[in-house]
Amino acid sequence: MLEAFANGFSGLLAGFMHLQISNVVMIIVGCVLLYLGIKKDFEPLLLVPIGFGCILVNIPLANLMEPHGFLRTIYDAGIMTELFPLLIFVGIGAMTDFSPVLENPVTFLLGAAGQSGIFLTLALALALGFNELDAVAIGVIGACDGPTAIYVTAKYAPHLLGAVSVAAYSYMSLVPVIQPPIMRALTTEKERTVVMRATRKSVSKTTRLLFPLVITILGGLIAPMGLPLLGTIMLGNLMRESGAVERLTKASANEIANVVTLLLGISIGATMDGKIFLQTQTLIVLALGFIAICLDTACGVLLGKVLYVTSKGKINPLIGAAGISAFPMSARVVMKEGQKYNKKNYLLMHAMGANAAGQIGSVIAAAVMLSVLKGMGII
Amino acid sequence: MKIELTSPIPGKIMKVLVDVGDVVNEDDEVMKIESMKMENPIYAPAAGTITAIGVKENDEVEVDDLLLVIEEAG
Repeated sequence: MLEAFANGFSGLLAGFMHLQISNVVMIIVGCVLLYLGIKKDFEPLLLVPIGFGCILVNIPLANLMEPHGFLRTIYDAGIMTELFPLLIFVGIGAMTDFSPVLENPVTFLLGAAGQSGIFLTLALALALGFNELDAVAIGVIGACDGPTAIYVTAKYAPHLLGAVSVAAYSYMSLVPVIQPPIMRALTTEKERTVVMRATRKSVSKTTRLLFPLVITILGGLIAPMGLPLLGTIMLGNLMRESGAVERLTKASANEIANVVTLLLGISIGATMDGKIFLQTQTLIVLALGFIAICLDTACGVLLGKVLYVTSKGKINPLIGAAGISAFPMSARVVMKEGQKYNKKNYLLMHAMGANAAGQIGSVIAAAVMLSVLKGMGII
Repeated sequence: MKIELTSPIPGKIMKVLVDVGDVVNEDDEVMKIESMKMENPIYAPAAGTITAIGVKENDEVEVDDLLLVIEEAG
């Protein structure tokens, strides 16, 4: 009788007995992510489920990520199949107004320059000895776009998923801290005070409808590997601009996006098992991701300077910083930074153009990268 | 001299921070416009007295819509 009682009691302690130091560290990491999300308002919609998923998966003996564990089921259904990031993309397309880009097509260039960090970081990761696929996943943090990073990493380097998505989402929320010093360092006071008047060119409905179609078909033909990303974002956008399927547009932008964000977040958190996550490799991934975003910003601003010269001083180089796709955060950073030097300068819509272009740019950059790898026979 | 402040960005008027008759300095914040889900401060283009306000809170504005008129001081 007494023995049975003791055995039963030890069953309650088994979890504690199996708790390893790596689990404890990761539970603390999970709590830090929750703190950043809840108290500091850093991308709470993502960091809260990610942080909690991280805590869940590090509690021993619950086996939530083993076959038939509920986190494993969600992960296999939505991340392994790349379904979750793609569903999010339909929502992003349904939420994004691309007309600032169409009004000012020169911003397309900035959206492209803002992706340079991806390729420079890819090269850096290769030089550091990562294999091609891992290097691609690390470089894509520079897309500054969570779903793109998750899509590429889940497909080609799933063991890096936790590190890459934490880097992508936490740096995205740090954009207002990371970007301004780089913007200031690379521009002169005179350049920063250039006032850009709002454009009033209106974009016709036909153009708005043709845009997603043309981008999908052309982009798909150039980089077929990226068609899932490009196709879903443009489907969402076509639904938005058509005005004909408002219920579907709203569902994509709200209900579906919300449900998927929850499932995506919790399954990303579930990849952060201490045994896998706590490796030097993770730290290197985090560091390289940071470099990628700095390089994106620098390249965007430098191209902005080129445009400043070629436009004879009409383009404010600060808007180049919005070429990364942290949308609409970096456009906001540009607006604020511009107003710091001239209160009557409202760069928002110009920065929005570069920012929306960056959104497309990051998808195209990922698509091109995948198609090149395919061409090289690596995937 | 009358100076017209027109909207530099499209969006919705969140707050009008001044009234007709108020005296403002150049670069004082006079309105907040919500654009792209963000709050954007709008600053006075010159020092003077507000003589007219063209919008009220919750109005939707387009670029170049009249926000307010300032009678420049001096």
